[in-house]
Amino acid sequence: MLYVQILINGILLGGLYACIAVGFSLVWGVLNVINILHGSFIVLGAYLAFFAYTGLGIHPYLFAPFAALVLFMLGYAVQLTVINRVIEAPVLVTLTTTFGLALLLDNLMLVVFAANFRKVSLKPPLGVIDLSDTFPSIDLIVPVDRLASMLFALVFVALLYWLLRHTVVGRAIVAVRMDRYAATLMGVDTTKVFAVTFALGAALAGAAGALLSPIFPISPLAGTTYLGKAFVICVLGGLGSVSGALVGGLVLGVLESFGALFFGPEHSLTLSFTVLILLLIFRPNGIMGKRGFV
Amino acid sequence: MKRSPIAIVGLGVLVLVVIILPFTATNYLLRLTTIAFMYIALASSWNIVGGFIGYPSFATAAFFGIGAYASGILRGASSLPLPATWLFGAAAATLFSLLVGPAILRLRGHYFAVASLVLAAVLREITNAATTLTGGGMGLNLPAVGAINVDVQTRLYYVSMLVAAALTIGLATLIWRSRLGWAMRCIEQNEDAAIVLGVNTLATKILGFAASAATAGLVGAIYATWIGYIDPTDAFDDLLSVKPIIMAFIGGVGTIFGPVAGAIIFLVLEEFVWRNVLNFHAGILGIIIVALLVFMPGGIGSIGRGIEKLRAYGRAGRTSDISGAAPPVVPS
Repeated sequence: MLYVQILINGILLGGLYACIAVGFSLVWGVLNVINILHGSFIVLGAYLAFFAYTGLGIHPYLFAPFAALVLFMLGYAVQLTVINRVIEAPVLVTLTTTFGLALLLDNLMLVVFAANFRKVSLKPPLGVIDLSDTFPSIDLIVPVDRLASMLFALVFVALLYWLLRHTVVGRAIVAVRMDRYAATLMGVDTTKVFAVTFALGAALAGAAGALLSPIFPISPLAGTTYLGKAFVICVLGGLGSVSGALVGGLVLGVLESFGALFFGPEHSLTLSFTVLILLLIFRPNGIMGKRGFV
Repeated sequence: MKRSPIAIVGLGVLVLVVIILPFTATNYLLRLTTIAFMYIALASSWNIVGGFIGYPSFATAAFFGIGAYASGILRGASSLPLPATWLFGAAAATLFSLLVGPAILRLRGHYFAVASLVLAAVLREITNAATTLTGGGMGLNLPAVGAINVDVQTRLYYVSMLVAAALTIGLATLIWRSRLGWAMRCIEQNEDAAIVLGVNTLATKILGFAASAATAGLVGAIYATWIGYIDPTDAFDDLLSVKPIIMAFIGGVGTIFGPVAGAIIFLVLEEFVWRNVLNFHAGILGIIIVALLVFMPGGIGSIGRGIEKLRAYGRAGRTSDISGAAPPVVPS
């Protein structure tokens, strides 16, 4: 029963992880840019949700779309003014540029929000569903806040999937993902597509930040942790595909939960990064073994 | 490399200044110069992998941290002389690079970048968890060097870092002029063609990686005894990986003296920022990094082009039109 409980915890975490990683994966796949800024975007989203809840009383789950909207605009602006100028440069330049931007945003948040750890404490707390109440033989619990966060996160992931599948903008993004030069020849405005893609990535980071604000503590420098998870999930699931991020997120969530059980929680990051390096060496296209175009 | 008279005179003056400085300068200036030597060594060390071979390495922090911790732990546990502990640090970093190099150097482009970036993060977590050996998050205090006064200590580390920087530049020059350097340049230009021509690319890359590790590890080891205290976030700081890249970019990637000049310029910028805006220095550093990469992609030498780019910034600058001479990007 303990293992089933750990599995449930892992899956609950995994849905949220998918939302953390899917925007990062999209930007990496389409723009060919490793966006170090992604983790900081998530933290910014969490802060916006925190202040919306403490200041205006807006519930984080309701606020998530607004966080996404704000981050969308920020992402669009950052891409057009900075990233687009280096987008053809080698990975060294693009990665270092986003690192510089992350330094700037992290420091801004540190100055504006101070270094205190904060957490959205929902009033009243959502509590847990105790399955043994209804089924006396099953001794499992499901924390409601985590369940809700996961479900809302999956809604955002599904929205992105729908957008990529069924809208003109989405099809253009997928076309650029497949072959940016051929897409240009077909009349796709790649500059605009890059900006929209980067903005979408930022929007999903903002939504993820708002959704995880009731669960994880918020601090200005937490971005690297989320970024590390996004790395691992991308490599686990394969780049630039929504389904890959979903699979990668769930796998990482379960892996981390069991890793915490067997090795202790302090080794969860080491474990996931070791898996990352092993995967990079043996299955660089992800456990599903193919590059995804949505 | 042709030597113009101006270059020889310039080099002569530089050597003279470096020799005279310990006798005349204040401890502050000496400390600053020691940091300059450290940056020069780190930038030149990175340049062997990042510049010569053209692999986007973010592993400098990993090597630096291993050097720092290996020598620090040995120094706490034994009474070996300082240089011996430093060499042990360098050796530990080299060993590490030989262990992970064969695996991650098979990766290219973005994947190599991420794998090398993650190395430092893994090591940071492991050092954090191995409390008995490393002191964990509390950090590691290193015993001070005997009962010598501050002035002497400042000069000791000045000379030590100077030697480390000279060794790194010397090693880089040696590699650059050798057959190995030739092979590295082949890989940098076109790895597949290099394989076809019979270059043992993996061995070349591993040797370059190891050379970078040895030098960065040595610098880390000296740094640890100099500062007297290391902790995981400090010794494996991602900035230690990024700063050398920026320095090399300022001076010119893939040259011998580019990283040297870039390191000095970067230090001046950084010190200026530190002195004036303490609270927001990381933010300003971020702005400097972004501005350098966007406006001066080819380093100081390309400053003219940078100004042109700055002018074009006002106009609707589109980088991704098809007419540009951009190389076809292979989607990874």
